[in-house]
Amino acid sequence: MSHFDEAGAAVQAALDAGARYADARVMVCRTESMTARDGAVEDLGSDESAGLGVRALVGSSWGFYAVPDLAEPAARAAGRRAAQIAAASAQVAGPPAELTPSSPVTASWASDCVVDPLSVPLSDKGDLLVRATLAAKEAGADLAQASYAIWDTHKWFVSSEGHRVDQHIRECGGGVTAHAIGDGEVQRRSLPGQYGTRGWELIDELDLVGNAPRLAEEARELLTAPLCPAGETTLILGGSQLALQIHESVGHAIELDRILGWEAAFAGTSWLDLTRLGSLRYGSELMNITIDPTFPGALGSFGFDDEGTRAAKRHAVRDGVWVGVLAGRDSAAVAGLDYAGSVRSDGWARLPMVRMTNVGLEPGPHTLDEIIAATDDGVFMDVNRSWSIDDRRLNFQFGCEIGYEIKNGRRGRMLRNPTYTGIGPRFWQSMDMLSSETIAWGTPNCGKGQPGQVGHTGHPAAPARFTDVRVGVHG
Amino acid sequence: MSAELQLAAKVVELVRELAGRSAEAEVTVRHHALALTRFANSAIHQNVAEATTGVRLRLHLDGRTASGSSTLTSLDGLRSLVGRTIAAARVTPPDPAWAGLTRPAALRISAAHPGSGEHSGLAFGFDEATARATPAERAARVRAFVDAAGGLETAGYCRTAYVSAAFANTAGQAVEGRTAEAAMDAIARDRGADGVARLASSRLADLDGAELGARAAAKARAAVAPAELPPGHYEVVLEPTAVADLLQNFAVFGFNGKSFVQKQSFAELGKEQFDPSVTIVDDPLGSRGEPAPGLPFDDEGTPARSLVLVRDGVTQAVAHDRTSAAQAGVESTGHAAPASRSWGPYPSHPRLEAVPAPAGTSTGASAAVAESARPLVARMRRGLLVTDLWYTRVLDPKTLVVTGLTRNGVWLVEDGEIVRPVSNLRFTQSYPQALAPGGVLGIGAESVLLPSSWDDARYAAPALHLASWKITGNASG
Repeated sequence: MSHFDEAGAAVQAALDAGARYADARVMVCRTESMTARDGAVEDLGSDESAGLGVRALVGSSWGFYAVPDLAEPAARAAGRRAAQIAAASAQVAGPPAELTPSSPVTASWASDCVVDPLSVPLSDKGDLLVRATLAAKEAGADLAQASYAIWDTHKWFVSSEGHRVDQHIRECGGGVTAHAIGDGEVQRRSLPGQYGTRGWELIDELDLVGNAPRLAEEARELLTAPLCPAGETTLILGGSQLALQIHESVGHAIELDRILGWEAAFAGTSWLDLTRLGSLRYGSELMNITIDPTFPGALGSFGFDDEGTRAAKRHAVRDGVWVGVLAGRDSAAVAGLDYAGSVRSDGWARLPMVRMTNVGLEPGPHTLDEIIAATDDGVFMDVNRSWSIDDRRLNFQFGCEIGYEIKNGRRGRMLRNPTYTGIGPRFWQSMDMLSSETIAWGTPNCGKGQPGQVGHTGHPAAPARFTDVRVGVHG
Repeated sequence: MSAELQLAAKVVELVRELAGRSAEAEVTVRHHALALTRFANSAIHQNVAEATTGVRLRLHLDGRTASGSSTLTSLDGLRSLVGRTIAAARVTPPDPAWAGLTRPAALRISAAHPGSGEHSGLAFGFDEATARATPAERAARVRAFVDAAGGLETAGYCRTAYVSAAFANTAGQAVEGRTAEAAMDAIARDRGADGVARLASSRLADLDGAELGARAAAKARAAVAPAELPPGHYEVVLEPTAVADLLQNFAVFGFNGKSFVQKQSFAELGKEQFDPSVTIVDDPLGSRGEPAPGLPFDDEGTPARSLVLVRDGVTQAVAHDRTSAAQAGVESTGHAAPASRSWGPYPSHPRLEAVPAPAGTSTGASAAVAESARPLVARMRRGLLVTDLWYTRVLDPKTLVVTGLTRNGVWLVEDGEIVRPVSNLRFTQSYPQALAPGGVLGIGAESVLLPSSWDDARYAAPALHLASWKITGNASG
């Protein structure tokens, strides 16, 4: 069933109420999630949500209103209300808002999906999670948890410029975690929670049950492993951790709304200065970061963003030089850029905003084994445990679940509570080896905006090596 | 009876019709109207509103449990919700941890509860004006903030929210309540230095944009041209905005009933884990002086009440829903939430008790210092005045070692006087250790009500003077 008519009615009502531009999205969303703990299902939820959000531009200001009612009278009322809210913004108006040109498009898009995750019997899903947690318990975990999440989203987008786009996006993912509880501390090992714009085949590939015993054994071993030593050393990061490093120290930094100060009070700004776009050295020549919503199956994939801009790949960093940003039509116009395409919202009730799509690191020439073999003295770390970065996206500190010392080209002892810290560009400039073993990691919990929104982002990444990194920061 | 309670009763009726009388069901209906006026570069750039009614059903059938929610509140929508939740419950594995339903119990609201107005027949509390606030009213506060900043660049938000909610279950519990909330949180910027002002209230009228704007601007101006300090252990005065972060992490990880049951929390009941000056209370119903606009019941229908978490330094309690309470062998404390079974129940309205302080001398740059922190700063020999903590993340849940950064203003204080602004610092610090016996040198005389940046939580926080805070990095790395 199409909802173009309701979205169109909202747009027309906003125009009639004085808006000079308006767009509306109808979204019908189904989500399902399950968690299991220690051999029993702990929580099973199935949620359904449907509604319409309309955005209106009056003078220099935006207004947004959302309702859970898909009837045309409610849609028209929402359009009028959005225009009224925009008009109220004029009390504290800014420079005239413009939009980069966008060719009107009529199109449909659907993500690839081999096995519809909502069609898999709940009993099978429950059995899988229960078996995974039991396998971890039997291998020595004090506490074992497993979970999955499914998002099934239909959206219909209409703009006053003539866009009519509908999309069906199916996403899912999951993982298993084993905890070992020691005297005064807790250690954990996880299968890196993996998420993608894919079907249940992704969960099958994770092999939750098969991986659970290893995770439990490693969690127990961590309790008695030596603490990660403090100092400066060569750091090798696994792909999972590098994905988060990209997310935090590159992805957020290249969000144009942050660069323009639109997120200054909450999410923060960026150390990047637009006057240096095209010339600033962000990292070593090995560093090639792309913004690619067309990446197959990654969690930040789509056909069109929530302003109707068609998905396209572009570079954010080329050979270490900063060359691109994540932008929306209004922020791009302010910055004088000729592209947008990175605006999304987490539901019909939220205003679309600049969001990461798939921000990833292009692969390098080596393998992880080659990188380790080429390292005389260093530390390998993987799977994120804690993450923190300052409001300009410069000063970061990450903790990983597991570390290993590297001595004379070989992986040595397991290390407990590994952490590393640094300053973004200095860190990226120290990257001297990069693997070709790319995986598109998914981050389903990226928080941004007020009211808060949860974004789904993808990060293709492979293991890499960095020199002279400070490790072993402990409380 | 409110529209929300009628909806909840309807869903209970549908469960009985479609699943039989043996089914145990609990239904929460929540109408949420949220409006937020957001500004940046001293102009409103996002002005949004939404009004949603959500229905959440949790069903326990033949030993199995499932939950579902929907925003589709037509009869067809409700039937669909009940039907798919029954279907889910029938095919899930057994749920041995099911703790049963809340029996009928009266709410514990008092005359002071801000949400007790119309439905309780009490004369005051719920503020209709806040619930019905217009975009123009929010914009007027933004205008006042921007004007009071005296030409500095400003950014932030003014928001109002209204919740009308009801709960019903098949055991006969049926309760309703409503709340309204307003908050303003914004910065002023001067040559790269930020100053913040933040306040929550159950009344929009309590938010004075001009006062907040002047405070943020004073902080920003005093923070210009910061110097860098080396890592190390520093004595600190944390302003209420920073103390709210401590309360949040204590609540979510320490006083979380599930974490406690799983032995992942530092909390040990009956043990003196905090300085004797520390008392922390979760107070969802608020008081006349400190309105904290929570609902008077939780998502399992358990009446909300004050819960003393720490008294005079001794850990007294953690928050429970019915599941964690059963596992701990105690009663629910009324902290069930949609995710509490998986994430764990935690206090959402914690208050660190203020302590009447002896009069202190004023500091030289007092305009930059929150009023409640001034006597504490005056007594600091050498240390840091910290306005805000940012991006805090737990390194180990058991010891509650947290890393994060300062934000929105840090100053070096010597002999009770502000000496100079300091650039932002990274810390890695065990929060319980920082507040351990002997660690607390002073607590401010006034608790300030502060909004959460992410959810509906509220923090009532005074300033806090601590003997040691571990700084592990600075702007250089």
